[in-house]
Amino acid sequence: MSRCALLIFAAASLAAAEPSQSQELTDLYFGEAKYFANQGLNFEALERLDIELAQHRAIDEPQLDSLYPYVDDAEFSVGDFELRYRMHHRAGRAIRAVLEGDVDEVVRNEAAYRLAKIHFQKGQYSEAMSALARINGEVPKAIRDDIEFLRANVYLAMGEPERAVDILGDLQSDDDLDGFIAYNLGIALLEAEQFEQAYRQLDAAGRIKAVSEAEKSIRDKSNLVLGTIMLETGRYAESRQYLDRVRLDGPFANQALLSAGWASMSAEQFDRATVPWGILAGRDSTDFAAQEAMLALPYAYSRLNVHGRAAENFGRALDEFGAEVGKLDASIESIREGKFLTALIREEIRQDKSWVIRLRSLPETPETYYLMELLASHDFQTGLQNYLDLEELRKKLVAWQRNFDAFDDMVAIREEHYEPLLPVVDSEFRGLDSRMKVRLEQHKLLEQRLQAMLTAPQPEFLATREEQQMLASIERIESQLREGYEANDSDLLERVARLKGRLIWDIHTDYYKRLDAFDSHLRELRAAIDVLETQYQQYVRVRQAASHSYQGYLEPVTRMRTRVRESLDKVNTLMARQGRLLEVVAIDELVARRQRLDQYMEKARYALANSYDRATQARLEGVAE
Amino acid sequence: MLQSIRAAFCGFLLSVCFTGVSADELSQQQMRSLDEQVQEVKTDVLSIAADLGRLEERLLYPSNTQVAVFVSVPDGTYRLDSVQLEIDGEPVAHYIYSFKELEALQNGGVQRLYTGNVPTGQHNLNVTYSGKLENGKEFSSSDQFVFDKTVRPKMLGLTLAAANSGSKGIQIKDW
Repeated sequence: MSRCALLIFAAASLAAAEPSQSQELTDLYFGEAKYFANQGLNFEALERLDIELAQHRAIDEPQLDSLYPYVDDAEFSVGDFELRYRMHHRAGRAIRAVLEGDVDEVVRNEAAYRLAKIHFQKGQYSEAMSALARINGEVPKAIRDDIEFLRANVYLAMGEPERAVDILGDLQSDDDLDGFIAYNLGIALLEAEQFEQAYRQLDAAGRIKAVSEAEKSIRDKSNLVLGTIMLETGRYAESRQYLDRVRLDGPFANQALLSAGWASMSAEQFDRATVPWGILAGRDSTDFAAQEAMLALPYAYSRLNVHGRAAENFGRALDEFGAEVGKLDASIESIREGKFLTALIREEIRQDKSWVIRLRSLPETPETYYLMELLASHDFQTGLQNYLDLEELRKKLVAWQRNFDAFDDMVAIREEHYEPLLPVVDSEFRGLDSRMKVRLEQHKLLEQRLQAMLTAPQPEFLATREEQQMLASIERIESQLREGYEANDSDLLERVARLKGRLIWDIHTDYYKRLDAFDSHLRELRAAIDVLETQYQQYVRVRQAASHSYQGYLEPVTRMRTRVRESLDKVNTLMARQGRLLEVVAIDELVARRQRLDQYMEKARYALANSYDRATQARLEGVAE
Repeated sequence: MLQSIRAAFCGFLLSVCFTGVSADELSQQQMRSLDEQVQEVKTDVLSIAADLGRLEERLLYPSNTQVAVFVSVPDGTYRLDSVQLEIDGEPVAHYIYSFKELEALQNGGVQRLYTGNVPTGQHNLNVTYSGKLENGKEFSSSDQFVFDKTVRPKMLGLTLAAANSGSKGIQIKDW
């Protein structure tokens, strides 16, 4: 990968997407996923959103689901969360699914942009360009400039800087990306060999108004690059001018100070060189540039013929290098003992974003003193993050394993409680159930009778029990009288007929009043039956819940237990391999730094002796004169 | 001397300033191969987490008794410090927010504050929350709601706005 491509990648990474800023209360579970994602808890965010999306896809009428209006956003968010959780394969698949789904143009274009970004980050430039080529029609305004910025970066990475220059040249009005665009345009012009224009562009990028730390850093970087180019092309005065613009407390300060010293030395302004190198030599003794300044500073003094001071500083450098070699040896030993990995997974250290920086400042983690540059490299970072992710997964899996034992206990306690109770309850319920069915049947018959009476009045149905008994008695007397009829019985028959007539009169004349009362009572009965049926249903559900609270768990829990155990084995194996690789790379880096320090010490010893000789010679010459 | 130090200087500048220190090619390949495997294991564990979540819910919070309370804040105009929930007079949740959690809420996140079990029927939910307004004034506010628990899971969404004269304070939505 070219130097320029790496510069652009770094710049593009700085401009990566931030967590969602939506403040509208949407679907609860989607909101919950955002809550986790906003805290950097990507695993939890993915877990929630995966479940929610799976449920949404499974329902028959998705338009009734609360996620429905936000489903496109949710599909995108899954891709984002996966990217943040470094699951590029799944993120790519998720975004491709959106791209190939039945979605509107705006959504499809946004998906294509995100897919292109993933390919670009993975170094798959032609795939990134293919994804960008799928963008056509309406493009969301918020990402219009981002798309063109990405396109320019892809062209640059593919070795087509002229095209990148054309695109970036048109993009210079965007506020958010201002510094990055200005800087990348400068690099694109350099790559296109339009040197004078490139210098002007980098000069402009180095003077840009910056507010955020990222903007200030990219401004520093512009100045550093331009200053370095001027130094390499022999334009020393201009080089100093650009290097002096770099902030003394920024991430590029040390390189700028070192280069500034060399610009002065090259212009034979030895005294001016001692200023930046003097500052740098007093800085962190593990820093690459600071170590170099420790040698460069006495060298400048020797060129100024101040050999005594040169010797003194070479001596100091030797002492410092010796101490640093000791630290490096301790670091290498510490890593070999596994302390580096132990330090990395310390929970309290990783509570804030700058944990890598903090790690370095801890006296009990000497193994990290020399690894800042390594920690900043992309592959090492990926390996490191993977190691940390694996540690998190391991902790989760171990916790879940413990949960299974609790599940088993819970199920056993419930079973112990319900098993003796349920047969008794079931037996009582069966008795009540049959009685209830009889009553329900009676109610049904009465309902039918009411309906029949509404169409064909039947007053005798509404006679009271007493009336029915009286009527039965009258009819029996009447029958007996008719069977043994004698002439003098006619009075009796007349009396019986009168009584019967009176009774029937009452029954018929009260009919509608009685029908109203019957209807009213039946309504009351219906309400009571509704309550009964509700209670019945509740009982059935509670009864089912009692069974479900302990039945049917054995198989799924056993299955889950096996899956967790298998995953834990995989995680442990991967962690061991990843950890070992990190250790090897870290040790290689430390060994290389140690070898460099050995070379510096050799040079310092020679230079120290040389300075003493010259100092002695100068003193002798002074005495002779 | 100048040549040797400058050579070292240029080497340093290219390696640190422009490309960063990277592992050798073999290590890079190994890192990438491991990266693929880590992605696979993440997919496995996510799938386990989802299945386990469903199993836990079935075991611990059956739908006929499940009640869950979610919290969101409408904007960043105040600092939410804590929330307390009582159901039928019993304290069920008391949460104190960290800065990170508050920021997550202010950026559109919704927190599941409580999941528990209640029988079907009517219940009282008492919500108390405290915080600090933009003008630095501290406040504490509470409100009571009645909710009806049926056989379906009950999801209640609370939106907690700044408790001042121009605000509706606590709003509840039955999901």
